[in-house]
Amino acid sequence: MFKFLSSEPVHDATASSTADTEVKTTTCYMCACRCGIRVHLRDGQVRYIDGNPDHPINKGVICAKGSAGIMKQVSPARLTQPLLRRPGSERGEGEFEPISWERAYELLTERLGRIRATDPKKFALFTGRDQMQALTGLFARQFGTPNYAAHGGFCSVNMAAGMIYSVGGSFWEFGGPDLDRAKLFVMIGTAEDHHSNPMKIALGDFKRKGGRFISINPVRTGYSAIADEWIPIRPGTDGALFMALLHELLAQGLVDRSFLQRFTNAPQLVVLDEGEREGLFAFDPAAGPPGDGRHPHNKLAWDLASGRVVQAYPEGVEEGRQLALEGHYKLADGTRVAPAFQLLRDRVADTTPEWAEDITGIPSERIRQLAREVGETALHQAFELPIPWTDAWGKRHPTTQGRPVAFHAMRGLAAHSNGFQTVRALAVLMSVLGTIDAPGGFRHKAPYPRHIVPNYRAFNDPSMIKPNTPLNAAPLGFPAGPDELAVHEDGTPLRIDHAFSWEHPLSAHGMMHNVITNAVRGDPYEIDTLLIFMANMAWNSTMNTMEVRKKLNARGEDGNYKIPFLVVCDAFQSEMVAFADLVLPDTTYLERHDVMSMLDRPISEYDGPVDSVRVPVVEPTGNCKPFQEVLIELASRLKFPAFTREDGTRKFKDYPDFVVNFQAQPGVGFLMGWRGKDGTEHLRGDPNPRQWEMYARNNCVFQYHMPEDQQYMRNWNQPYLDFAKDKGWRQRNDPVQLAIYSDTLQAFRLAAQGKSKGRQPPEHLRERIATYFDPLPFWYAPLETACIDADRYPLAAITQRPMAMYHSWDSQNAWLRQIHSHNYLYVNPRTAQEAGIEDGGWAWVTSAWGELRCMLRYSDAVEPGTVWTWNAIGKGSGAWQLAPAADESRKGFLLNHLITEELPFAGGHISNSDPVTGQAGWYDVRVNLRPAAPEEPAETFPQIATVPSAPGVLGGARKVLAYLVPRKP
Amino acid sequence: MKPALSIILFTTIAGAAQGMVVALALATLAGIAPATALAPMLWAATGMLLVALVASFFHLGHPLRAWRTVLMWRTSWMSREVIVLPAFIALVGGWALLATLAQRDAVAPHWLAGMAIVGAVLLWYCTAMIYACIRFIQEWAHPLTVVNYTTLGLASGFVTAGALAVMAGEPGFASDIAPWALAATALAWFTRALSLRRNARLKPKSTTQTATGIQAARVVQKSMGMTGGSFNTREFFHGASAHGMRMARTGFQVLAFALPILLLAWALLSGSALAWLLALGSQAAGLLAERWFFFAQARHPQNIYYQAVS
Amino acid sequence: MNNPVQPAPETLAKQLALVIDLNVCVGCHACVTSCKEWNTSGAAGPLTDLNAYGERPTGTFFNRVQTFEADSYPDTQTIHFPKSCLHCEDPPCVPVCPTGASYKRKSDGIVLVDYDKCIGCKYCSWACPYGAREFDEERKVMTKCTLCVDRIYDELLPPQDRKPACVKACPTGARLFGDVKDPDSEVSQAIRERGGYQLMPEWETQPANHYLPRQITLSTVPQAQPNFRLGDFLNGEPASGKHKPGSGAMEKDAR
Ligand SMILES: Nc1nc2c(c(=O)[nH]1)N[C@H]1C(S)=C(S)[C@@H](COP(=O)(O)OP(=O)(O)OC[C@H]3O[C@@H](n4cnc5c(=O)[nH]c(N)nc54)[C@H](O)[C@@H]3O)O[C@H]1N2
Ligand SMILES: Nc1nc2c(c(=O)[nH]1)N[C@H]1C(S)=C(S)[C@@H](COP(=O)(O)OP(=O)(O)OC[C@H]3O[C@@H](n4cnc5c(=O)[nH]c(N)nc54)[C@H](O)[C@@H]3O)O[C@H]1N2
Ligand code: SF4
Ligand code: SF4
Ligand code: SF4
Ligand code: SF4
Ligand code: SF4
Ligand SMILES: [Mo]
Repeated sequence: MFKFLSSEPVHDATASSTADTEVKTTTCYMCACRCGIRVHLRDGQVRYIDGNPDHPINKGVICAKGSAGIMKQVSPARLTQPLLRRPGSERGEGEFEPISWERAYELLTERLGRIRATDPKKFALFTGRDQMQALTGLFARQFGTPNYAAHGGFCSVNMAAGMIYSVGGSFWEFGGPDLDRAKLFVMIGTAEDHHSNPMKIALGDFKRKGGRFISINPVRTGYSAIADEWIPIRPGTDGALFMALLHELLAQGLVDRSFLQRFTNAPQLVVLDEGEREGLFAFDPAAGPPGDGRHPHNKLAWDLASGRVVQAYPEGVEEGRQLALEGHYKLADGTRVAPAFQLLRDRVADTTPEWAEDITGIPSERIRQLAREVGETALHQAFELPIPWTDAWGKRHPTTQGRPVAFHAMRGLAAHSNGFQTVRALAVLMSVLGTIDAPGGFRHKAPYPRHIVPNYRAFNDPSMIKPNTPLNAAPLGFPAGPDELAVHEDGTPLRIDHAFSWEHPLSAHGMMHNVITNAVRGDPYEIDTLLIFMANMAWNSTMNTMEVRKKLNARGEDGNYKIPFLVVCDAFQSEMVAFADLVLPDTTYLERHDVMSMLDRPISEYDGPVDSVRVPVVEPTGNCKPFQEVLIELASRLKFPAFTREDGTRKFKDYPDFVVNFQAQPGVGFLMGWRGKDGTEHLRGDPNPRQWEMYARNNCVFQYHMPEDQQYMRNWNQPYLDFAKDKGWRQRNDPVQLAIYSDTLQAFRLAAQGKSKGRQPPEHLRERIATYFDPLPFWYAPLETACIDADRYPLAAITQRPMAMYHSWDSQNAWLRQIHSHNYLYVNPRTAQEAGIEDGGWAWVTSAWGELRCMLRYSDAVEPGTVWTWNAIGKGSGAWQLAPAADESRKGFLLNHLITEELPFAGGHISNSDPVTGQAGWYDVRVNLRPAAPEEPAETFPQIATVPSAPGVLGGARKVLAYLVPRKP
Repeated sequence: MKPALSIILFTTIAGAAQGMVVALALATLAGIAPATALAPMLWAATGMLLVALVASFFHLGHPLRAWRTVLMWRTSWMSREVIVLPAFIALVGGWALLATLAQRDAVAPHWLAGMAIVGAVLLWYCTAMIYACIRFIQEWAHPLTVVNYTTLGLASGFVTAGALAVMAGEPGFASDIAPWALAATALAWFTRALSLRRNARLKPKSTTQTATGIQAARVVQKSMGMTGGSFNTREFFHGASAHGMRMARTGFQVLAFALPILLLAWALLSGSALAWLLALGSQAAGLLAERWFFFAQARHPQNIYYQAVS
Repeated sequence: MNNPVQPAPETLAKQLALVIDLNVCVGCHACVTSCKEWNTSGAAGPLTDLNAYGERPTGTFFNRVQTFEADSYPDTQTIHFPKSCLHCEDPPCVPVCPTGASYKRKSDGIVLVDYDKCIGCKYCSWACPYGAREFDEERKVMTKCTLCVDRIYDELLPPQDRKPACVKACPTGARLFGDVKDPDSEVSQAIRERGGYQLMPEWETQPANHYLPRQITLSTVPQAQPNFRLGDFLNGEPASGKHKPGSGAMEKDAR
């Protein structure tokens, strides 16, 4: 009776809340890492999301974003119905009327049908953080437009291309550091990355085991925080550091010579005489045509043992050969030649640590020690695994050589306009140490390694753009020479983004960051419809944001929009949505089917291919429709051949049906697990109608473990190469020799120098190509530096990924935004004090291209010549259903306002991108600082007008948010 | 700490009421209790105590559960206070009732006066111990906290008693206790000054180094982990500048002690009613400021964890 | 001033706790939001949020990850520092509570708040030197880390899941959970072997949660050992083998 007085608890803190819980597995998409998750539902509502312990990517752990998935699902910014811009309203004002899906389909079918029947290239499809490029790319190709790309061009194509053109694979999602076996880990310019949880798991284990971790980064946060040593570096100068490391390693003889001789093109003889073959590999005319990047055969080497020229392969790898890495030689016909490695030696002869010290700010002594440390660890502390393997020339290696130095790098290298050559330098550095696909070093993930130059040519034939006709090649690929560029006879670009043109020949991922500017200028032509999927191009994924917003709204003299029709598919009311003529509301990742396919970017592990899926765990919200369904529907209505039967009826009922039944090659579809009629065949096999079910039953993932002897040295591992060819991951089974020296680049340079016969660049680009298409890595200052008064802008300004936020996505997330509702500019106290700005003070940050006002914070964890801030925290007022006074818009800011999308060039302009790959040079911008005047408002500049709520947006941003299980009274 | 208005009001008003009861009790023991004003003044004290009680309720999230607070008297000073306070109110109220019902010049029983004094002191002790027992709030964790709650209560109680007496038409009583009020105010100033001096010299035991275990000469927080603030940033930071704090410290000493001493001296010499009223007003304002300062000056070690938004 | 009436702390046979490894914490905040998502729908919920989409958003969280910088450029150390209730063995927050809502479980040492008894006087939060308690402005009760007491004993969960949500989430494995009184437990071993320490030992609250300090792994290539200022924090004798507590470290309190 007096129980209420008892000292026993009244509230039962141990009460279970897991009864009646239904657990479904799927794949997270709070970021691109694609972890396995378990979604715990009660009464159909998501209550808890945790990592799936049975998933190979994250092994049960989860990150801050993944754990906040519930708040994405209930976000007030969710769009719920198709919207049409209100007639008479301006783009950007965000005035919309809701329409039905049928009306949206009709509008699109009519408009796209008309374009396709007349000039298909007037339709451009660009996608952002897309994980279904196999489908979006197919859609564009079937439509017949070359104007397609995903976000890679503004993201990290330098990392992808720089490594793929050198070692056949890359970091990013294509490969990574083997921290299980490394002793030394050197991380360069990485903040959070696509491999978010796996990197954290690996780092934790690596450190616990006593591994040594060095971070090279202008900033010490995140991963770098737990580094045993932090080496601050000036942004954009890593290339110089790598060149100096190469100088030291070569000088000290800390290189893996036998690896270089057998597995790289280091011993191959390069023609030194001037002319058409200058700088290309010498070949034996008797043995067929010259090899190019894609055909590594028929090249020569100098055998010291016999004192004569030999075929590099297969003779050069015969027992008893001793291929020269150094020296100068003459061929029988008198041609002067030298091994590629000799040219590398010559190249690094002057790149001394002292030289690099001035550029990087790293003391030369430290550079020397670093060289020693990586070299000695790789070569003198190496181990062998008792795994025998067979190479492409039939040699059986009794063990697998470990090289316990692992590198990892990301956008700190990639997002500079010198990034391609910098990444090349790193690839060469890794190659001379022999750490390619070696235990403890860098390891590939299937379907990598690819050929060096991958066997994927981008669409490049203007005459093949024809009404109602699919393209004869995919829009994106890897050019192996000038002939594969997507240009017209006169050398002008074929594509709206100028990708694969002479301006940026190896832009393997397209150049999304140029689309708006070029389309508005009609350069090279005007387009009609731009469809943007999952990219916030009116805000954080564009450079020069305020101007680009104006361009999105620009009209010609006739009063019509320069981009006549703008379609945006988004799940939230982002800044981009306000500019759309037509808005297609997408589902969330918990509401739809998705595939992480081998045809695109699977989630493979080092030991074999892995692909995975998402399955819906909750019903779609409102009238949302998965974009995939929209594409299938449109492709069917537009009667694309791949989506239509002979009789004109649609081939695929819906997206799941498409995934199961579409085959890229016989037996190769989107998913490789549980193929064959009854689901017993893997990797290759007939479509299985119950494939989705089987994925759903198996944690939504299919993992294949290669036999141990096919897990390493895959560039040259013959059984692996055969296997990969058989499964359709490669077209050929020949080995992938590492490109210490890139004859592919030289081919472009020869064209630019007018020395080769084929295509040649326009005059104004000759010097540019000749300079940057250097077959050997070199360092040059980022392009912006040459365009500005460097003394006026002494500081480098960069951004970093916050671990608890994904680009612009997460500001609508009630939990994540509490961690970062606004951002500051972090500055070394010395630098800030010199500028007269106090900790927490307001400051103007000015670049040659724009200025912004923000708050500043002192930090000793940043190199004094650098300022930095978190990426994409600042928001446009009213977007994302945030209150107009929300911190994101009043105190937060985007660095993008200071970054230009174009640089002055040859009397005109050119994209602010890497001259080789077209990678956006985000981190090249240079700035100065000055204090804001006391009377200036305490809010960031620039500000934009508040955008109203879109009709049908989920809304309901109440003052108090309580997400709970209804509890028993 | 961020001073909460409800607690400032509660402690100052209750303190003054207690002091007044002590004044009346002492006067009773000394045989100089005011004849006509005793009952109204006791009622006034009761009223003030009730107002304080109500103010304290505003501090609670769940006032309806307040009855539970009596349960933990074995360990909690707050619980003890919650027991003593109503008992004291009952005592004072009872005395007031008795005084009202009793014959005009009947003398109050000495035992009642004695109990009232004991009750008041007990209540001061409990209230002060609520603060003094938190060992890591170094500004508070000292016997001076108890002393000050008592002396400040006495001073304000005596001044209130004098002022009420002149208002109730008992200037004689007021003159009688003027020296007490003066002495109590001076004493309170002295003891409070002692604690101010002590606090100014305090070296915080907790540092960023002890709070994090990071043994480096320079350890600074760069981010508290959230940008919009939290309970821990709202409850424990007063937000006043160093200058504001200095102003408050000087201000409360002038208003609560210096000025009242002058005014009381004036009252003592001239018997001026106005002087009493001014002294009361000044001291009341001063003591509210003092209490604000008492909380604001307390540097909670938890604040080390909540230094930087970024 | 010590409370004369306060009973001497009992020493419990079992004391569950978290051990946080500052050597591997990368400050990812996974423990922050996984704690929030579990607890808001768990027995402790809801953990409400105010201004969730407005200015200065704020809400109840049981766990925060903070960032500290030690030393100066270029020898700066950045330390990510997660903190939740430390489940003190002598918790000052408990005896001060007038209602008994704040209590320490005898069976496992977990310090909890009884939401149905709490009057929201906030006094216990004043009595926590660590700022580990958060008052829920909407529910008007005090809240704090429960060590996921509604997970760790929930028989409906598979045994391997009976762990705090934050521990399960932590990608780097920086959060260990177990009984610090059991000398053979993973946590006790880690504390012993890695020099685990307590926060603010000066108040003798004996936090059950411990922190493991930074450890610097030196180069295994002797000639490559930096000997100039960038590596100043490497000077001095390594504590054991090639490991040495860095400046981000504190060895176990010698008491
Ligand atoms: N200054 C600076 N700018 C940068 C960078 C930088 O480092 N510094 N980084 C660059 C890089 S690497 C990248 S990849 C880009 C990223 O930039 P974006 O690709 O633009 O990425 P997000 O900001 O995430 O925006 C994508 C859009 O997708 C929407 N979205 C989210 N989920 C879904 C969904 O399920 N379906 C659909 N249809 N839409 C969805 C969001 O609402 C948002 O509008 O930013 C670039 N911008
Ligand atoms: N949580 C979270 N995870 C993400 C994302 C996100 O938004 N949030 N975005 C995803 C996307 S799209 C991408 S592309 C990846 C990117 O992953 P990262 O490449 O890790 O991303 P950034 O934040 O651009 O990291 C750049 C790092 O390089 C450093 N840096 C800048 N310039 C230089 C330089 O010149 N030299 C060196 N050595 N360092 C330099 C910066 O200080 C920063 O630490 O992350 C993915 N993962
Ligand atoms: S890392 Fe990315 S995919 Fe993995 S849990 Fe976090 S948000 Fe989800
Ligand atoms: S950390 Fe604070 S709340 Fe937790 S037990 Fe210790 S004193 Fe109490
Ligand atoms: S807030 Fe609640 S738990 Fe804390 S002391 Fe008051 S009643 Fe006890
Ligand atoms: S133990 Fe549970 S309640 Fe405590 S911080 Fe971890 S997740 Fe939160
Ligand atoms: S989840 Fe682990 S690594 Fe991430 S902040 Fe928390 S303790 Fe650190
Ligand atoms: Mo990216």
